Amino acid sequence: MPRPARIVVALFAVLLLGTTLAQELSFWSWRTEDVDAYDTFIDTFQQMEPGIDVEFEPYRNTEYNTIVSTALQGGGGPDIVHLRAYGGMEPLAQAGHLVRLDDKIDALAEYDPGVLLGATNRADGYVYGVPFALQTIQVLYNVAMFDELGLEEPQSWDAFIAVADALQASGVNALANGTSDPWTVETLFGGIAPSYYGCTAFFEDVSSGATDFTDPRFRAGLERMVAVEPYLAENHPGIGYTDMQTLFAFEQAGMLIGGSYELGVMADLNPELEIGAFPVPPASAGDETCISFYVDGSYGVNANSDYPDAALRFVEFLASQEYGQMFTDELQQISAVPGVQPTSEPLAELANMMSEMGTPYLMLTSFRFGQPSGSTLLQNEMQAVLGGDQDLDTAIANIQRGVAEWFDFE
Amino acid sequence: MSRPPSPSGAGSPLRRWLQRNGHLVLFLAPALVLYGLFMAYPLAASLSYSVFEWDGFVRGGFAGFDNFVTVLTQWPYNDRFWGALRHNAVFFVLTFAIQTTLGLFVAVLLNRKWPGFGFFQAVYFLPHTLSLVVVGFLWLLLLNPTWGPIAQGLRALQLESWVSPWLGDRSTALVTIILVNAWAWLGFPILVYLAGLQGIPREYHEAALIDGANAWQDFRFVTLPMLMPTIWMVSILTFIWDFNAFELVFVMQGASGSPNYATDLLATYFYRTAFGDPTTGGEPGQIGLAAAIGVLMLIIIGVASFFGVRFSQRSQVET
Repeated sequence: MPRPARIVVALFAVLLLGTTLAQELSFWSWRTEDVDAYDTFIDTFQQMEPGIDVEFEPYRNTEYNTIVSTALQGGGGPDIVHLRAYGGMEPLAQAGHLVRLDDKIDALAEYDPGVLLGATNRADGYVYGVPFALQTIQVLYNVAMFDELGLEEPQSWDAFIAVADALQASGVNALANGTSDPWTVETLFGGIAPSYYGCTAFFEDVSSGATDFTDPRFRAGLERMVAVEPYLAENHPGIGYTDMQTLFAFEQAGMLIGGSYELGVMADLNPELEIGAFPVPPASAGDETCISFYVDGSYGVNANSDYPDAALRFVEFLASQEYGQMFTDELQQISAVPGVQPTSEPLAELANMMSEMGTPYLMLTSFRFGQPSGSTLLQNEMQAVLGGDQDLDTAIANIQRGVAEWFDFE
Repeated sequence: MSRPPSPSGAGSPLRRWLQRNGHLVLFLAPALVLYGLFMAYPLAASLSYSVFEWDGFVRGGFAGFDNFVTVLTQWPYNDRFWGALRHNAVFFVLTFAIQTTLGLFVAVLLNRKWPGFGFFQAVYFLPHTLSLVVVGFLWLLLLNPTWGPIAQGLRALQLESWVSPWLGDRSTALVTIILVNAWAWLGFPILVYLAGLQGIPREYHEAALIDGANAWQDFRFVTLPMLMPTIWMVSILTFIWDFNAFELVFVMQGASGSPNYATDLLATYFYRTAFGDPTTGGEPGQIGLAAAIGVLMLIIIGVASFFGVRFSQRSQVET
């Protein structure tokens, strides 16, 4: 063989060997803000598995579902899929796009069954994702502002309103919450309503179909939402999610009813900001109090992956204690891996609150499995109520009528 | 045009036809392939999707016209559909009104070729060159009631009571979106009207002037009738554009047409139904219902455009 031909053959052999050895996994996500953290996680994984490359590719949050479902439907898509929880994940599992994981990832046996529900296909009862984070919804407050005004964490509704009045009187917004983005209205509901609709007892009744949304307990929860309307951010119908974050981070609002996921964002926006947290207090101090919690999503494996074994090894890593600790420390979120303790103080406080008074986030966990979903109905109907365009009775009637289109109430 | 080959002739008729017209097939093939792949096939697929049941992304049994019946008669789908259709109609009517008054007025002024004509022509056309996504984000910032320059300006002028969540208020949201759209769109009708105005022979205006017509009479009885075909064409294009409008509402108000569907359009309704509402963090899409909405949109736009074109041709002949 002439020398140039030998060189060409050798180059081909090297290329062929390279492609055979390095298994490059693509990993799609909606967490554009977490690119650096995921690169760190992937580096750690690659130190253990040098033969597997993982490429983290995030897409815009609001377009992600469409991008993933279209790609998977066309037989393509990533090897690793960042999955939404509950009704957001189920159609993908139902259509056969995902690998069943509960018989392949041993660590899943250790997870709380309530947590696994976020990644379970109800039709077959199998788990199709490794849950990654738990989120809680409560009041986050500016500690320095509270100290300056001599305010304390309120223990009753009246005390909560008194705190809001004091903040407004000092010239800031009491709450940073706006209502322009419909989904933030559901967050407001998740923060305020549970203690007033009767926590997990009502959740279980309505989720099982034993009662429906015309139940006076549900109305009592919504009435408290309406009661905080005067304390929402100024011009709240025009205040979107990023405005809410900015108002709170840059101290133009004293409180934010928001998710635990805000802690990491606030630390980035204003590292000086000291944040405290408390549940929206019940009517009287000592009454039953609860906060909403939910599984944020999970990591799944594409059934059409070219490297299913490598993908499973990566997902196995994502279910490990080591990863859970890294995740919670790096991203300031509560890891879904059992036994992981947050090291940061405010996050540890939220994790404790969740274990003491957590109740499932109503619409997300039980009423997002059909259209119109309970979330869509609640968000849009209550947006209209808070904007002064609709009364509460009509909103409740529409929520009930919409969910009853696909959910069987007894 | 060549006559079809006689079936009684020697050799295969197809072969003879190909020999005679083969070059036409060759030249048409690339365009036909592209059109078939990216227009005809998706259209046919969409039509077929609309007559099947769907479970998420899995196709079920034949459903006949059930999806259409659901969209048109079953709550909340019918409320959303008629609401979105009404918003599209308002979108078109207001845009049409703005472009045939303000747009035509600006085009007539520009046609006078006063000093600075080129500069103003460029200024009016510039927004039309921007992507609607960019336009949406730009106006989202400008209209922010807390830190947007418009709100800040009003506060500086002691007009704080005028500051309002324009995009968050049900009574103003759709009109605000339509005005933003008009800002971005107006350059196009102005440019086309200007071309139409420049095509009117000067002699007609001179004859009217000699007959004693004033400026308004010249416009009313000479310019306007001569410009009617152009106005018709622009109106039909505006209709098609406005009934397909999507980006601006999606960028500024989200796929749900916030607040509480006040800015919902047929295209956002279609998108939300097909892929689930992305603003809620995910819910199952309904491909069959979405395809039915798509087909209804096609019928509405197709029928209206057909009659629009027919009417415009007739008025052109009469002119």
